[in-house]
Amino acid sequence: MRWGLDDVTVRLGGRVAIIGVTLPVEPASVTVVVGGDGAGKSTCLRALVGLVGVEEGSVRRPSKSKIGYVPATAGLYADLTVDENVAFSATAYGLSGAELKGRAGRILGLVGLDGVRDRLGGQLSGGMQRKLAVGMALVHSPELLVLDEPTTGVDPVSRAELWRLISRAGAEGTAVVVATTYVNEAARGSAAMLLEEGRVLISGAPEGIVGEVPGTLGRVRGVSQPTAMSWRRGADWRVWAPTGDLPPGVTRVDPDLEDAAVIAALASEMAVSS
Amino acid sequence: MTGSLARALGVSMRFGSFTAVDSVSLAVDKGEVVGLLGANGAGKTTVIRLLLGLLRPSGGTVRLFEAPPTVGTRRRVGYVPQSLGLYTDLTVAENWHFTSAAFGSPRQGLPAGIESHADELVGALPLGTQRRVAFAVALAHRPELLVLDEPTSGVGPLGRARLWQDIRQAAEAGAGVLVTTHNMEEAEECDRLLIMVDGVVASAGTVAEVIAGRSVVEVRCDDWDAAFVALDAAGFSVQAHGRTLRVAASSQDVTALLAHEGIASRSRSVPANLEEAFVAVVTAGSVS
Repeated sequence: MRWGLDDVTVRLGGRVAIIGVTLPVEPASVTVVVGGDGAGKSTCLRALVGLVGVEEGSVRRPSKSKIGYVPATAGLYADLTVDENVAFSATAYGLSGAELKGRAGRILGLVGLDGVRDRLGGQLSGGMQRKLAVGMALVHSPELLVLDEPTTGVDPVSRAELWRLISRAGAEGTAVVVATTYVNEAARGSAAMLLEEGRVLISGAPEGIVGEVPGTLGRVRGVSQPTAMSWRRGADWRVWAPTGDLPPGVTRVDPDLEDAAVIAALASEMAVSS
Repeated sequence: MTGSLARALGVSMRFGSFTAVDSVSLAVDKGEVVGLLGANGAGKTTVIRLLLGLLRPSGGTVRLFEAPPTVGTRRRVGYVPQSLGLYTDLTVAENWHFTSAAFGSPRQGLPAGIESHADELVGALPLGTQRRVAFAVALAHRPELLVLDEPTSGVGPLGRARLWQDIRQAAEAGAGVLVTTHNMEEAEECDRLLIMVDGVVASAGTVAEVIAGRSVVEVRCDDWDAAFVALDAAGFSVQAHGRTLRVAASSQDVTALLAHEGIASRSRSVPANLEEAFVAVVTAGSVS
């Protein structure tokens, strides 16, 4: 493990925010941390970049000047122009002169904001603001890029643009960590981790996660008696048999990441209640 | 389209010289879940406000329960905004009884799904539970039409599955459901979709119909990072899914570029997913 969290527990205001979380983060890869609001995603990311102390476990991170971090809110200055925002970020990381100019120009091209360099940050659309914030975090070519929910509330076109930037950073050698509430975004990276109530439910390569779902999963049009082991997917039902066989009339299906996530959460609930 | 709960026929809405909604037609029938999709500013909220009679259309016809919308017909609608509209400093039971009273519904016990939280303050509950409460409260007066704004955003996978179970149950009991969202996971839960671009319905139908034979090129290679950078730098619309790349372009163009860059790869055409279809619809719509 080059960077990451090793068996980390963080307590915030007397409450355990994350417990025993191991999150390996490798160069030239994108790691996706998935969970609902309050699951502990931001705490993992903040522990990784050093914004919160850990109670137990250890954290490996590069020096501060080699980290790029974008929090879930803001990440830019509304009353500075696009150009000024990038220049401010670059200056803060010790860039100046021709190097600053060159890097800033390249970043604005990469994030597709060359055309609006004089516009105030606060006047950009939500999607453009997120792209600018990612650009600002990339301007000093960090070894570790940490993005907290860059795509939340963003329309699909901007979302695709943001993922293009994220993958590009990974493809160019950066170790990237992205938090999201959208389970389908877990497939975007080379590794994913699903968090719920501060605990890791599942982690690993996306193809491994769907390949290692326990039990048998099925699909059926209607169920007469919904059980704790069944849930809706569109007009259909999913039925999960943790051990034995599926009930008659239920067609076996291969789980996708969303199914895997629901099953992991169900299994964890069963373990807690038993 | 007779018997629709809510219906718009060639409806337009102009604010000064700006046309927010342009000749939009849609219907929500009993028992179905319809998704209204579009980027921010595409006109989704304006359509909802028109359907509920909160705005008077500049042109076209709006029918709510087969009549022009009025305060009376609006009582038959349940609405859950993204902000949920609950009182966070009241308990679950207080929220429930207050809303029931406001709609003039007879006093009734809490539904099973939220009963165990009756005495807890709404503000202290996890978001997924808050959303279930908001949904239950919106159902308290047995509305015939439900309007939900991103009903499961920010909720974990199991919480989401349970919310959709509630929504489907309401539809199966006969309600029509209109979901506005730009979250493709929610869109895939709907029976039918309408995609709005710049005030116009740019595509409509089931998920399969919206995807409608669109395809992308799937690229697999050992050197995914080099391939990604090469395609992206050349201006291709490329997305990575792990080490597999998906490119909205012709197979020949992709293969030619990668061969020119000396990157060994295997490419094939695969069906687009809903997100890719949405991007294609929106990109084409905003060009025209």
